[in-house]
Amino acid sequence: MSEPGTARLAESDVVHVAKLARLAITADEVERYTTQLGRMLEHFADIDSLDLSSVEPMTHPLPLSNVMREDVVKPCLDREEVLAASPASEDGRFRVPPMAGEA
Amino acid sequence: MSIPATPSTSDFAGVIALAEQIRNGDRTAVDVVEEHLARIDAGDPELHAFNLVTAESARAAAAIVDDQIAAGNPVGVLAGVPVALKDNLCTHGVETTCSSKILQGWKPPYSATVVDRLAAAGAITIGKTNLDEFAMGSSTENSAFGPTRNPHDPSRVPGGSSGGSAAAVAAGFAPFALGSDTGGSIRQPAALCGVVGVKPTYGTVSRYGLIAFASSLDQIGPFTHSVADAAVVLEAIGGHDPMDSTSLPQPFPPVSSVLDRGVEGLRIGRITDLPTGADDDVNGRLDAAFAAMEAAGATIVDVQVPAFTFGLTAYYIVAPAEASSNLSRFDGVRYGLRVDAPSTGEMMAASRAAGFGDEVKRRIMLGTYALSAGYYDAYYGKAQRIRTLIAQDFAKAYAQVDVLMTPTAPSEAFHFGDKGDNPLSMYLCDLYTIASNLAGHPGISVPYGVGDEGLPIGVQVLAPALGEPVMFQVAAELERLASK
Repeated sequence: MSEPGTARLAESDVVHVAKLARLAITADEVERYTTQLGRMLEHFADIDSLDLSSVEPMTHPLPLSNVMREDVVKPCLDREEVLAASPASEDGRFRVPPMAGEA
Repeated sequence: MSIPATPSTSDFAGVIALAEQIRNGDRTAVDVVEEHLARIDAGDPELHAFNLVTAESARAAAAIVDDQIAAGNPVGVLAGVPVALKDNLCTHGVETTCSSKILQGWKPPYSATVVDRLAAAGAITIGKTNLDEFAMGSSTENSAFGPTRNPHDPSRVPGGSSGGSAAAVAAGFAPFALGSDTGGSIRQPAALCGVVGVKPTYGTVSRYGLIAFASSLDQIGPFTHSVADAAVVLEAIGGHDPMDSTSLPQPFPPVSSVLDRGVEGLRIGRITDLPTGADDDVNGRLDAAFAAMEAAGATIVDVQVPAFTFGLTAYYIVAPAEASSNLSRFDGVRYGLRVDAPSTGEMMAASRAAGFGDEVKRRIMLGTYALSAGYYDAYYGKAQRIRTLIAQDFAKAYAQVDVLMTPTAPSEAFHFGDKGDNPLSMYLCDLYTIASNLAGHPGISVPYGVGDEGLPIGVQVLAPALGEPVMFQVAAELERLASK
């Protein structure tokens, strides 16, 4: 894979990322996204020269942490209603195609 | 179209006026709902502000409000007032699509907290509004169901991503609407459609039931004809919600009570190192706003916010990164579109390929790349540190001033297709709005006259976290000055 902030993206990078993102993409899309994402990464080079080693990362704008609810039983989503909105269900569960043997 | 070429925001009755008329018995809620439905019937085939109009349930809800008022029962502050909801807000049993094929036909098993709070206040949902797919865009051109048109000039975009909500209010289809703002998606379309739009402080309005785009940036807020109407709506929907772990444990800051205070003695900051890129007429309106504020008794102070300029890059790393994670839930298993395939992995990849549009895929790819092994520190880690820099620079500025004023958007509403196929040119629409999302601060866009092409221009007022009272105080004055 190409070095961060230097070269444009390679097509092989795009194919790899699409696999990570579980997106089936066409050869045409590989070509287009390689150009477009590469252009964006070039634009992102404006932050390359910033020395941020002494700056703490902000994960979130609020000082909140470990927000807990009380451990009491409350009404929750209706199981039948949730399952009815799914593409396929069976015996109170979501049904999916076989998973065994997948990489 | 019966909408005049450039409707003023005062052409249609606002939230406070309608609520009062209904409460006093001057008009029935049914009459108010019918008036808005008639305008939708006449105008929406051209504008396409709505993905769904909920006429029957709106009529039924209005009749109940009228019965309560006739019986002398107490009603909520928004009783009988129609509202249009951005179609990324979950409505129990009512189709919610995010303007994406992957969710077409999905009926949520629960409602967003803001939807419940509006209902408790008596507001009546009149429909679900169009958006850029999953709120990714600045023009609504990314909607899977076709774009929304700007009521001021249907050959132009309404802005986005909450373009349907902005257009619905500007066209008189609803006196107020809700949208969501991740990088400017309320304020920019508000500016382009000539209405008021507010992104409140992160954590002041519950995100429960808002289909997540970038969770550390998203906030829900209103579109209205007036600053006072926006205040009333925020007070109705804001405040702590135990269902949202990022909800601040306090009520929404009081804003309705500060609107008449004027700006005498307030310090308003002009950012001297703001990124360039706004059109001359936009800068001209901002200059006029500063001059008017000074004449009204405010002190204008030049300040610097050096990190502002890195906001665009930080945003276009953080937002796609969070989106790539949030949108992994759309996998053809629990809801939405499924494309059949022999294995679960192939089914997921095929379903996502068929269900997501081009811009959503592009951002998922960009975000996945920025989070992938070997690149995390160079992109996501660095972007998080820029967020800290922006917050620090804002803090230094707010030590000298009460609020900041900037353009909301770099230009008037543009024509369809103007941004071509270079996503970066579309991203520049967010140039002046994204810094407040990265810092978690509030921002409001107030219409302030028109530009060279006769279309609305907005001025943005920014304030520190929980600075809504002073932000609304200044915005209300700006609105008074704009009408002079």
